[in-house]
Amino acid sequence: MIIDRLLTAMAMDGGPTNRKLSRRVLLKTGLASAGGLLLSMRMPMLAHAAGPSADFVPNAYIRIAPSGQITLTMPYVEMGQGTYTSIPMLIAEELEVELGQVALEHAPPDEKRYGNPLLGGVQATGGSTAIRAVWQPLREAGATARTMLVAAAAKRWNVDPASCRAEKGAVIHAASRRKLSYGALAEAAAAMPVPDKVALKRPQDFKLIGTPAKRLDTPAKVNGSAVFGIDARPAGVKIATLAQSPVFGGRLKSVDDSQAKAVRGVRQIVRLDDAVAVVADHMGAAKKGLAALIIAWDDGPHAALSTEDIARDYAAALENPGAVAESRGDVERALAAAVTRVNVQYQVPFLAHAALEPMNCTVHVRKDVCEIWVGNQVLGRAQATAADVTGLPLDKVIVHNHLIGGGFGRRLEIDGVTRAVQIAKQVDGPVKVVWTREEDIQHDMYRPFFSDTFAAGLDDKGLPIAWRHRFAGSSILARWLPPAFNNGVDPETIDGAVHLVYALPNFHVEYIRKEPPGIPTAFWRSVGPSHSVFVVESFIDELAAAAKRDPVAYRRALLDDAPRARAVLDLAVEKAGWGQPLPKGTGRGVSLQHVFGSYMAQVAEVEVANDGSVRVKRVVCAVDCGSVVNPNTIEAQVQGAVIFGISAALHGEITLKNGRVEQSNFDDYQVLRINEAPVIEVHIIGNNEAPGGMGEPGTSAIMPAIANAIFAATGKRLRKLPIDTAVLKQPG
Amino acid sequence: VRCFVRSLQEFALAFNININGSPHSIDVDGDTPLLWVLRDVLGMTGTKFGCGIAQCGACTVHIDGAATRSCVTTIDSIGKSAVTTIEAIGHTSAGQKIQQAWLDREVVQCGYCQSGQIMSASALLAANPRPTDADINDAMAGNICRCGTYPRIRDAIKQAAATGTKQGARR
Repeated sequence: MIIDRLLTAMAMDGGPTNRKLSRRVLLKTGLASAGGLLLSMRMPMLAHAAGPSADFVPNAYIRIAPSGQITLTMPYVEMGQGTYTSIPMLIAEELEVELGQVALEHAPPDEKRYGNPLLGGVQATGGSTAIRAVWQPLREAGATARTMLVAAAAKRWNVDPASCRAEKGAVIHAASRRKLSYGALAEAAAAMPVPDKVALKRPQDFKLIGTPAKRLDTPAKVNGSAVFGIDARPAGVKIATLAQSPVFGGRLKSVDDSQAKAVRGVRQIVRLDDAVAVVADHMGAAKKGLAALIIAWDDGPHAALSTEDIARDYAAALENPGAVAESRGDVERALAAAVTRVNVQYQVPFLAHAALEPMNCTVHVRKDVCEIWVGNQVLGRAQATAADVTGLPLDKVIVHNHLIGGGFGRRLEIDGVTRAVQIAKQVDGPVKVVWTREEDIQHDMYRPFFSDTFAAGLDDKGLPIAWRHRFAGSSILARWLPPAFNNGVDPETIDGAVHLVYALPNFHVEYIRKEPPGIPTAFWRSVGPSHSVFVVESFIDELAAAAKRDPVAYRRALLDDAPRARAVLDLAVEKAGWGQPLPKGTGRGVSLQHVFGSYMAQVAEVEVANDGSVRVKRVVCAVDCGSVVNPNTIEAQVQGAVIFGISAALHGEITLKNGRVEQSNFDDYQVLRINEAPVIEVHIIGNNEAPGGMGEPGTSAIMPAIANAIFAATGKRLRKLPIDTAVLKQPG
Repeated sequence: VRCFVRSLQEFALAFNININGSPHSIDVDGDTPLLWVLRDVLGMTGTKFGCGIAQCGACTVHIDGAATRSCVTTIDSIGKSAVTTIEAIGHTSAGQKIQQAWLDREVVQCGYCQSGQIMSASALLAANPRPTDADINDAMAGNICRCGTYPRIRDAIKQAAATGTKQGARR
């Protein structure tokens, strides 16, 4: 996605061959206020315009205290992806300290510091970007600090710095058997000049990078002491829960709260234009109070909306041309000349995030200050919306960020913060607003609905000589990061549909931005590829079938110029035992992708029962994500992403009827459970390429692998998600 | 006088329950789910809210050792039973083994569901020291993990069971 590319471009500022320290990355060193060495850095953040910035505004800091403790302050959040472990590994590697010596602190929100005035200010963690963004600059920062510490020791001993070495948090002069700890050197190092060039370690010399490091945040998460946003308890906090207009865009007409007020523990009813909240001593009373309200809504313009209307509208939208996302050759001529033509339509549904921690936000609005306790991926925006709603200046909004009980894109939005501040404005004292699961699902911001049409032409050998793809769907980026939406093309939504790994000589892809009426859309794990890889990898499988070729052999024939793609495909196929016999009703399906900077191939083994029910039994995944920082995290992220994708492929669907979301909780919006989870094998191809993202690719890759496996098992091609088991049911 | 009557009523309505070995006097309506008493009244936030209808298992506690969804367990149904939460599960033998296995196997991602997972897993292990895959499915299918840590949950339960067997053999 565009965000990745911007970030990657900035992270690679100067390129891997240029070791000259970028002044945009690291400008200042000096004495920390509490003593010791302080390095101030500018880490690339989202939406940072290309080109040199005039002012250096640091947003990340390394402090080396006289005690030897090393603290890294950075604007990335931990939401389960292991960032808080992987990032310190980069510093520790170059600084020559043990991983346990580095503590990572989350930077507070600061629009001036982290935001970009051109782009509305985005301080965000998302899009599998964190490691890619900091891979180069953080190692440079670590090496710089090490160089200065060595220089300080050499000066004190009056020896050549080259005769000293750094090891385990100390500088050693072997010839004279002298040793000084970093803590003892920190202040003197602060007075040393910043080196112009620093040498980074060669990959073969890495001690930490590439080894399976234990996560640093685990112990608190197994004994209940980890504090998530929903666990915030400022003194005197009340609990509120809310009902929002069940139809998007509806308004609150009237509320009879006489019975709700009689509920023990209920303190206050808060009315907003399109919502009502009950404030109480505890959530039990708040929920009981909410149930006792008699609410009348004005449903507004979308009162009759249904999913069928949306599907019809989107299919109709495909009749007209869209913005050209990528085009080469002459597709129409090649189609006319083709021996075989394949024309098909695909469709994918709205999806909810359903993070296990329901949406929540705790707010205390006072006359001169607003305090917020929340787990969020875009702190700068959270601060800005609170300032906007309260009318307070930005620096009077204090945001305490917390652990995130599942992000998946949902907490890249601030609608929940806005809503909570609106409620808190009417409440005297702090109030924790907690969404019920039903509100969370029915007022999510959804993975967009997409409709696709494909045409391909095959030559006499069955190989594709023409590929035409047109699709319609919401652009999240046009809302979230407007300057990134150019000439009708959303570079994030088209990701996975363009720049395919395959050799396709005549290739034409068009995107039609079409927003669903009233329904909010947002990033969802694996983002654009969550749709595009499903349709592209299903369609290439269809072409293989039309050519009567094996799906792996067919893909391989198109990969002469894509050695990394071919390597992951070969590895996955080999490990999966592709071609070996399977029981009746079971099939293998393959997928291949290059998104988020990583190459990935998956083989899914899927069983289709006589009643049409589908079970994913085994998934083999091969990944080339360039340099491996923490293989333990990579395996965990792939396992998790695959399971997230299976949930979507088998069960995931948000539908509307009479303008209302029909699903409400985990009984009707089902997600995978342990008894349905397959064996998942992850094989990593290690190399020294720049690191690719790992939070998302597993989700997009599994969906087509499942559909392709179902085709292999049954001969039935499913072009809609989720899987329709009725179609797969055997007669009799 | 009204104030006095009200406080007398509330006194009369208070529930005395035993949580992690300590008595607590709880002054809420009898139909209040235990989950909210733990989290909002007592401030024991290790037990999590996920769905409110016993579909996700995030709120799992033990009542007399049995894994129980606290979001649908009303306070008036507990009586003299012993409630154990994630905050104290490490004091039990099964709980300790499960927590250690969770650390060893690096199970956790976002961590939000893991209190409930650990409570279900330790109830399983206490009742069944050598669970099969099918036993694990039965005991753990009520606990959703949206991060998808299931493969490691399964491995960790097996590791904890193996630890138990070894220790048992030594004794």
